[in-house]
Amino acid sequence: MTDTTVREKSSTPARERATQPSGPIGARIERKEDLRFLTGSGQYTDDVTLPHQSYACFVRSPHAHARLRSIRTDTAKRSPGVLAVYTGADIPPAVGGLPCGWLITGVDGKPMKEPKHPILAQGKVRYVGDPVAIVVAETYDQAKEAAQLVEVDYEPLPAVVDVRDALRKGAPAVHDEAPDNVCYVWALGDKAAVDAAFAKAAHVTTLEFVNNRLIPNAIEPRACNAAYARADDSYTLYVANQNPHVERLLMTAFVLGLPEHKVRVIAPDVGGGFGSKIYLYAEETVCVWAAKLVNRPIKWTAERSESFQADAHGRDHVTKAELALDKDGKFLAMRVKTTAAMGAYLSTFASCIPTILYATLLAGQYTTPAIHCEVTAVFTNTAPVDAYRGAGRPEATYVVERLVATAAREMAIAQDEIRRRNFIRKFPYATPVALTYDTGDYEACLDGAMKLADVAGFPKRKEEAAKRGKLRGLGWSSYIEACGLAPSNVAGSLGARAGLFEAGEVRVHPTGKVTVFTGSHSHGQGHETTFAQVVADRLGIAVDDVDVVHGDTGRIPFGMGTYGSRSIAVGGTAIMKAVDKVVAKGRKIAAHLMEVSDADVEFRDGKFTVKGTDKNVPFAQVALTAYVPHNYPLDKLEPGLDETAFYDPTNFTYPAGTHICEVEIDPETGETRIVSFSACDDFGNIINPMIVEGQVHGGLAQGIGQALLEGCVYDRESGQLLTGSYMDYAMPRAADLPSFKVDTRVTPCTHNPLGVKGCGEAGAIGAPAAVINAICDATGAKDVEMPATSERVWRTLRAGQKRS
Amino acid sequence: MQAFGYSEPTTVAKATGAAAANAEGRYLAGGQSLLAAMKLGLAAPGELIDLGRVPELRGIKVEGNGALLTIGATTTHAEVAASLEVGARIPALAALAGGIGDRQVRNRGTLGGSLANDDPAADYPAAVLGLGATVNTNQRQIAADDFFKGLFETALAPGELIVSVTFPVPKKAAYEKFRNPASRFALVGVFVAQAAQGPRVAVTGAGSRGVFRVKAMEQALARDWSAKAIESVAVPAADLQTDLHASAEYRANLVTVLARRAVAAA
Repeated sequence: MTDTTVREKSSTPARERATQPSGPIGARIERKEDLRFLTGSGQYTDDVTLPHQSYACFVRSPHAHARLRSIRTDTAKRSPGVLAVYTGADIPPAVGGLPCGWLITGVDGKPMKEPKHPILAQGKVRYVGDPVAIVVAETYDQAKEAAQLVEVDYEPLPAVVDVRDALRKGAPAVHDEAPDNVCYVWALGDKAAVDAAFAKAAHVTTLEFVNNRLIPNAIEPRACNAAYARADDSYTLYVANQNPHVERLLMTAFVLGLPEHKVRVIAPDVGGGFGSKIYLYAEETVCVWAAKLVNRPIKWTAERSESFQADAHGRDHVTKAELALDKDGKFLAMRVKTTAAMGAYLSTFASCIPTILYATLLAGQYTTPAIHCEVTAVFTNTAPVDAYRGAGRPEATYVVERLVATAAREMAIAQDEIRRRNFIRKFPYATPVALTYDTGDYEACLDGAMKLADVAGFPKRKEEAAKRGKLRGLGWSSYIEACGLAPSNVAGSLGARAGLFEAGEVRVHPTGKVTVFTGSHSHGQGHETTFAQVVADRLGIAVDDVDVVHGDTGRIPFGMGTYGSRSIAVGGTAIMKAVDKVVAKGRKIAAHLMEVSDADVEFRDGKFTVKGTDKNVPFAQVALTAYVPHNYPLDKLEPGLDETAFYDPTNFTYPAGTHICEVEIDPETGETRIVSFSACDDFGNIINPMIVEGQVHGGLAQGIGQALLEGCVYDRESGQLLTGSYMDYAMPRAADLPSFKVDTRVTPCTHNPLGVKGCGEAGAIGAPAAVINAICDATGAKDVEMPATSERVWRTLRAGQKRS
Repeated sequence: MQAFGYSEPTTVAKATGAAAANAEGRYLAGGQSLLAAMKLGLAAPGELIDLGRVPELRGIKVEGNGALLTIGATTTHAEVAASLEVGARIPALAALAGGIGDRQVRNRGTLGGSLANDDPAADYPAAVLGLGATVNTNQRQIAADDFFKGLFETALAPGELIVSVTFPVPKKAAYEKFRNPASRFALVGVFVAQAAQGPRVAVTGAGSRGVFRVKAMEQALARDWSAKAIESVAVPAADLQTDLHASAEYRANLVTVLARRAVAAA
């Protein structure tokens, strides 16, 4: 082999994490928020009950596709306790449709098709669960009972739920504006270079597969409580949401036409989002609109079956992927063709998920010089599809790592070896798919994962399992993600209709205690602890002296919210910038107090010190002086110590790592057990290792769930949702998962002051390919469709027996 | 959920009387199926006759010089699982009860409720049929072979109440279940027993008409009680259920695999 002899090290070699941090950064501090969560004193949207509260229930379409002939609401309106019933016909024409925040321009140069997404169905319903009417009543039970009395005359129409069916000639059209159901055809990469590379390839690996549709299943269902105040013509909306400012901006400016400053959006404690609570949904918009008409606060909390039907789903790709290699297993080119479901309407960020967050990641950790990806986005009569933990990047990793693992097997190259031969080692590295990786050391994580997984001992374990009649397999997945979304100018040039910066405010109180206001939103991530650690570390104060406030447009300067593993990298940096301003002002105050020039003062360990002396003023004294400015340079400096910063990142961050999954399969039943799962990740610097491990564990559970258990199924004829409850939709449970082995390597991010990259999605991104690669290794099959149910694995084994 | 009446009789006679007086009445045992159906609007009984305060319906008795176990209809799965009498005489039955649903379900759900509901994926029907038990009602005794009539259908007449079930103690028995990964109900469950009258094999979860016996396996086991004896005995896929979770063909495979494992484990 050519390049196995001398192999360059990464230009940014990783280090192992320090075990003994000197300050709060890097410490395993228990989560501050857990006291209230574990003692039942959290405050979720459904816990908020306002004076004169009323309750809403939505009438939803039982059909996947139907024309609305007529809706009669008079009986429902007379039902006990009912305050109002509204349908699509009651919505004034000035009210807009729910907007899509990302414009994708197709290969034909035309903008994507954006059919109107009315907040209550108008003319037609387009998926099972599509909201048709809202019933508002004194109690939820009364609203629900009256909802059954709304008489809707549907004229059922043929439905299409599978992207392949949607593209067939003569398929029913979901929207008249897109008669062929195509939202856009988009492409990235140099097609000619890819074709040329394939033409001279020594080996080509080809795979065709489905990336299964998932239902997010946050433990807290979506909920809202909308109130109108006549006194000042203002609204307050409590909503289970990941980005309240974005929710407000979209709802006021694009849909309801309300003055933005008259609407306060509060996302209090939120019980999980995974992407599904990023979006502006119809339900909360209708509740805000109706709250003024009814002049009562309106609360709506989704029942679990509504969550299944009407939360935005994830994934749902059909892909053909090819990898061209030279005789030594070096990757020459990759060609990917994907059809991605959009569902019945474009959800808030639907269009950018299978494009900007997918095709750009197809280089993975490798030097593949030419890549071309074409994506056809398709409307179907299903719930809308949008970002779900990982959002495009799990799909990309699945393409790359399934191809790499399959190619290695076909060419009889060891799984680690084929990766080592192709790893990027010089940074920064510009990929052929528009990204520039700033730093990384992929081999360090690969080696770390192999050590955790005891790859060397695998042949012995396989042999032992074989004696018990079981099959063992090992599967690798070396993933990369682009996180820390995002440089606004880059996003804007790619079609984003929003900025992707973050804001933070650091308010130092007269006693030196600190309240941080962040535009990031925590719905399980532990920001109240992590952000407090960062601020306490920098200011040299106790973690308990820092409180973090989030999720309220009335208290936070601005915020773009939490998704795309962006909170520490972008939100954390905004806070750091504000802390820098606090320190800079504090230095001036301290210089005045010590009667030296600003330049002679440095800030260290919570004290402002005159350089080269032990003369100092503690941080708390500076804070007090700022608010009691008796001896203060009022001619040069404002009193107070409260600073705000906005931060727009200059690049994405690139967390990466290797996951290794070991499975054991019972060949008689096809039952697949994950006996070991090892993840070695590089998230850059780590603020709280315990929280990071928790994030990795949760992500792995979801990734393994996708690979083995979860799969949303609509009936291909009727369009009915068949997996509409936990009786039929299999969520991973603790007993389905092994005790994870996790470790990290560190190459600090080069373009943010904390050197952090983000960790929230890594598990969900890396795991599916690792699991399926392990099953293919154990069974000798080329592919097993996700979710790899017992029956699918059993059939795979039987097909293999028939072949041999 | 629709409004409904509610009564708490304290004797079997009062319970059946309440049922006779209410055409729209339903007995409520552990409520693990009925209450969920009511919440979803799939059932709307006019009256719930709660059996929770009828002492005659509860408890476990050893009878016939230790040859029979009689278990009251409202005995919970948790009580059966923890019972020393059941554990000593029919450990397979205790294990089956201990594997139903989850802890919450086992603390509420009852033997009689499960049988009267006759869910095609429930565990107890496999034990009742596999052990050749007798269902004792307020009116009569019904042999297991005559009790199960199809999906959610039994031989019970309107208002007829299960009082207890009498299980003959077998020489050996075992239950093997392959769980549906979503609901954790049996995708297929096979109960095998070497009873006084010969081997019995009962299958739940798989049949298109509910729980059923596999006579071909019973005959093979009568000749030779061994896992090997039934390893090539297959049930016809045509008689089995195909749904979202498994095809009839796969279920047929599981029946044979699980039956073999149950015989080995018994």
